[in-house]
Amino acid sequence: MDKVIASRTKGLTDVPFHYCPGCAHGIVHRLVAEVLEELEIMEKTIGVAPVGCSVFAYNYFNMDMQQAPHGRAPAVATGIKRVHPHSVVFTYQGDGDLAAIGTAEIVHAAARGENITVIFINNTTYGMTGGQSAPTTLLGQKTKTTPLGRDKEVNGYPIRVAEMLSTLEGAAYIARTAVFDPPHVNKTKKAITKAFNTQLKGLGFSMVEVLANCPTNWNMTPLDSLEWLKENMVPYYPLGEFKVSEEVDRNAS
Amino acid sequence: MPKELMDGNRAMAEAAVRAGCRYFFGYPITPQSEIPEYLSLRLPQVGGVYLQAESEVSAINMVYGAAGAGARVLTASSSPGISLMSEGISYIAAAELPCVIINVMRGGPGLGNIAPAQGDYNQAVRGIGHGDFNLIVLAPNSVQEMADYTILAFELADKYRNPVMILVDGLLGQMMEPVEFKEEPPKQFPKPWATTGAKDRPRNIINTLFIEPEELERLNLKLQEKYEQIKQEECRCENYLTEDAEIIVAAFGSCSRIAKAAVEEARELGIKAGLCRPITLWPFPEESVRKAAQKAKACLTAEMNAGQMVFDVRMALKDRIPVHHYGRMGGAVPTPGEILAQIKKIEVQING
Ligand SMILES: Cc1ncc(C[n+]2csc(CCOP(=O)(O)OP(=O)(O)O)c2C)c(N)n1
Ligand code: SF4
Repeated sequence: MDKVIASRTKGLTDVPFHYCPGCAHGIVHRLVAEVLEELEIMEKTIGVAPVGCSVFAYNYFNMDMQQAPHGRAPAVATGIKRVHPHSVVFTYQGDGDLAAIGTAEIVHAAARGENITVIFINNTTYGMTGGQSAPTTLLGQKTKTTPLGRDKEVNGYPIRVAEMLSTLEGAAYIARTAVFDPPHVNKTKKAITKAFNTQLKGLGFSMVEVLANCPTNWNMTPLDSLEWLKENMVPYYPLGEFKVSEEVDRNAS
Repeated sequence: MPKELMDGNRAMAEAAVRAGCRYFFGYPITPQSEIPEYLSLRLPQVGGVYLQAESEVSAINMVYGAAGAGARVLTASSSPGISLMSEGISYIAAAELPCVIINVMRGGPGLGNIAPAQGDYNQAVRGIGHGDFNLIVLAPNSVQEMADYTILAFELADKYRNPVMILVDGLLGQMMEPVEFKEEPPKQFPKPWATTGAKDRPRNIINTLFIEPEELERLNLKLQEKYEQIKQEECRCENYLTEDAEIIVAAFGSCSRIAKAAVEEARELGIKAGLCRPITLWPFPEESVRKAAQKAKACLTAEMNAGQMVFDVRMALKDRIPVHHYGRMGGAVPTPGEILAQIKKIEVQING
């Protein structure tokens, strides 16, 4: 008998991704979908797509989806979750969406301990609009709107979202991971699983920040972009778990 | 049901609960704060949720989420807060989601003041957000109507899958009057499109992005068709003493009560004046306005703004008769005497 070694997750539709070759969005989509399938919660999950390269997430995740205005996904998710408290609600957001225009929404969703899961893609740039600077752009990093490199005198300093949110009482689980090699992809999947388990157990707000590449707007090959990420992003954005509430430790690990 | 003495804001809040609304998301602002204050106690009593958002931007997006998830949901604010909601309202209209938005108007522009005004008429009927869309806009003028039209607002929202605005001002919001809540249960509408979790059905998507122009145009055309149907079926207007009227005073909301007093005083002086009170500001009841003005030689709109509804009245009457405007702004409320003086002036112009 033929043995199936790998198959496409049912958590994704058959629609081909529009993402650029080598872009992390595709990998993280797959991980989220696999986790939802493995936890057998697809039928009670409602996802919220952002405005950014991943706006079409509603076409890819094989479940009920709402598409939110730029930055407002945590508010939209709050509305859904309050109506259906026993469903699973997640947002998928980029760093312009979450850390610039939507800063208030993410901070207050976390502060309320809103029982939702946030997948946060930090690629240091605005991918969809063509590579302008983001609040996460590193000092010295060149983007379309920091052509000479980000200057702290002009643009200030990049925001470490995971660390910032982990200071909030309502945040139950906060981790930062990356997807530049298979071991880290596995770690990311584990973190996403823990985040959804946190929600399933009703323990409060959970977020996984994933360091991601944008080869297109970084003007690099996919391989070079992963090297750049490792060398430049990881030192400023350390990987790991920043908040694991005692209850998560006991119940969702 | 015995009548209760209530202010307009609380009457709308209680009516929302009776309409089956179980979710309120908002941000405090005067002169509407009685609504969230009331609901923060009342909604949990009936198994609902009151949530104070971090801003009106966030509040309207919580409404968007809850409406998409199939709930009857309410938000309330006052002028500056409504401006902040504008992007979210456009999304809600584009996604064809039902919700009710109360605007208890205050003086503007800018921070303005907290006195009653009607300066948001244009915003409500034609400028609430980007893109081609319309809200249904209801303008009650008593506490009883504020209760009745809140229930109607939820029914219209669900029936047409469209956001509905109740446009009032601080005068109505804070005025105490007897009100009676109807016993009959509100009409309910099935929501098979809602995001509730795709169990035993194909998945539902709430979305407002349509990359292909033809695809987006199909949505635009569908919306326009719906708006046309609403125009045919939902216009509401109250005409008073208009049958033989030579001068029509058109006014809405709180100002219509002042205008009514002026019209009655004019009648006592032998001036054939009548009142035309649009209740739906969108769709604008053009037919009823024309009917009210059948015998009229002139029209006067009385508004607490620089002259906003006056353009809709002119459009309805197609320049057949002169349409004047009298307005106070900045939170100043006209007296019946001021409006009567305008009626007398017009009377001299038309009858010499
Ligand atoms: C209110 C509003 N402002 C601006 C935009 C334009 N816009 C679309 S996507 C985007 C940035 C997206 O960047 P990010 O969130 O980092 O996601 P990425 O594309 O990198 O995945 C911007 C500014 C918009 N759609 N809406
Ligand atoms: S522009 Fe960047 S973030 Fe967007 S799909 Fe391409 S590589 Fe990914």
